[in-house]
Amino acid sequence: MSLAEQVLGHERDNEDGGWITADGRQIGAVMMEMKNITLRFGGVVAIKDISFDIRKGEIRAIIGPNGAGKSSMLNVISGFYNPQEGDVFYLGEKRPKMRPYEVARQGIARTFQNIALFEGMSVLDNVMTGRLNHMKAGVLSQALWKGRAEREEIENREKVEKIIDFLEIQNIRKKPVGSLPYGLKKRVELARALAAEPSLLLLDEPMAGMNVEEKEDMSRFILDVNDEFGTTIALIEHDMGVVMDLSDRVVVMDYGKKIGDGTPDEVRNNQDVIDAYLGVAHD
Amino acid sequence: MPDQLLFAMEVFLNGLMAGVLYALVALGFVLIYKASGIFNYAQGVMALFAALTLVGIMEGQVPFSHLINAVFGTEIHHFGWHLPAVVAIVLTGVVMIALAWAVNRFIFRHLVGQEPIILFMATIGLAYFMEGVGDIMWGADIKKLDVGLPQGINTWIDESTYEIFGYGFFIDNLDLWATGIAAALVIALTIFSQYSKQGRALRAVADDHQAALSVGISLNYIWVLVWSIAGFVALVAGIMWGTKSGVQFSLSLIALKALPVLMLGGFTSIPGAIVGGLIIGVGEKLFEFAIGPLVGGATENWFAYVLALLFLVFRPQGLFGERIIERV
Repeated sequence: MSLAEQVLGHERDNEDGGWITADGRQIGAVMMEMKNITLRFGGVVAIKDISFDIRKGEIRAIIGPNGAGKSSMLNVISGFYNPQEGDVFYLGEKRPKMRPYEVARQGIARTFQNIALFEGMSVLDNVMTGRLNHMKAGVLSQALWKGRAEREEIENREKVEKIIDFLEIQNIRKKPVGSLPYGLKKRVELARALAAEPSLLLLDEPMAGMNVEEKEDMSRFILDVNDEFGTTIALIEHDMGVVMDLSDRVVVMDYGKKIGDGTPDEVRNNQDVIDAYLGVAHD
Repeated sequence: MPDQLLFAMEVFLNGLMAGVLYALVALGFVLIYKASGIFNYAQGVMALFAALTLVGIMEGQVPFSHLINAVFGTEIHHFGWHLPAVVAIVLTGVVMIALAWAVNRFIFRHLVGQEPIILFMATIGLAYFMEGVGDIMWGADIKKLDVGLPQGINTWIDESTYEIFGYGFFIDNLDLWATGIAAALVIALTIFSQYSKQGRALRAVADDHQAALSVGISLNYIWVLVWSIAGFVALVAGIMWGTKSGVQFSLSLIALKALPVLMLGGFTSIPGAIVGGLIIGVGEKLFEFAIGPLVGGATENWFAYVLALLFLVFRPQGLFGERIIERV
């Protein structure tokens, strides 16, 4: 039985193994594949032999209790950690050992659980920084400040303003980031990641520490980003309710191992998952 | 106008000019400190090294000639050319960039994530290493440096002040040039860091390493870049000091004056380095002028440090530094 059949209960198998979701979004071919990833810190095994894939266009969640190794997994994908064993395949090619900035240049943007923004800069400058990889003019042409560099700057500014509008942070665009409340900082961080026009967007606990209203806003933005920009999103979250509503497929981790992988419904009914995670919350 | 006031005004102006040179050295410190959190004790030696290399290249001196002659029994000292100053400055700039690369490749890349004190110790080691290498490479004698900057009393200022006050101010042409060049350098640096792609990346790295990585900035590249810029600033400072008082090894000690400048201005602020430099320059000249004769002179040796000490007590973050707030 194909994955699509499992997921949808009916045959909708595209050639690349993708499918169309109930709300009409196209899920495409495998974009990123993690194969038998093992990550150790000294004697501690953070990730134990985990494999899963991320498909183009989907919202993929990685969930699990505290200390399950979710953040470590995101750090492996974004190149902040290099696993001792296993391979990462990106767009069909095996990825060599890479530094985080190289991964970012490949089109993988991320946010951080504890927010990593340029606190001294304005919101606008922060988001502009996200476009650094799209700025090509050399030092000399910038120095002369003519033609290409100027055009490029204008283009970048237009894209950035679009994203700022999209995330509804126009009214704070000139404010220094350091002075903003937590929820807005999270949104600015998302804006900066989006400014890079990533093919894969990694969100590390995008809703951690937010109140209900802020969580609803953030969920809406994540769905809109996926829908309007077609951005593939992988996110980590431990708020189960939010994840189940948002994501197309879910990986469940516990103690560094994968204990479940599938649609939210499948995962919800998986006995291992219930034991490890849901059981505690819902019993 | 009373003579004393006129003298004081002249002293004030000369203090400003001296302050510009302090500010130049301090600027090099601030650049590296902001981008990498390293307090680069070797900044002064970099200025010395740049000046030595510049003279050596201009005069066609063979590097390591003493060593070569001692090992091979030869007698070579000079290539026998005299290069124009502009060419020599460009070549020295290339040497400083190579130095920036080497320092990062062989020292600081291996020390990423270490305690600040360890990084600081590494720069002390680097300072003495570079001083030693500079000595072996170019010799320890005092060298004259002349890149064609005008020197001596500025007659226009002398004459016009004489007409107005009946007393001609003595302002050195070199100091005027130094001020102009330093101002141009600061403006260029500001424009670079505010508007260029690399400048934006540099500010990003100065602010948050993790975030910078996540938007695709290579920290290594930025560190080499910032050490190159600091090397270039050191070259400019080296040219000014070297022209003024000859290229000699005491140059590296003058750089220590940048410490009180930074305490005044704040370690993380470029405007702070400039204002701090000017305050120290003016302060120590005026103090020497007013109080010096009463206490037997030589106050310039300690005035800057005492002023810095006062700042440490009342405003530890300096005039422009970021306020340090630690939550308990």
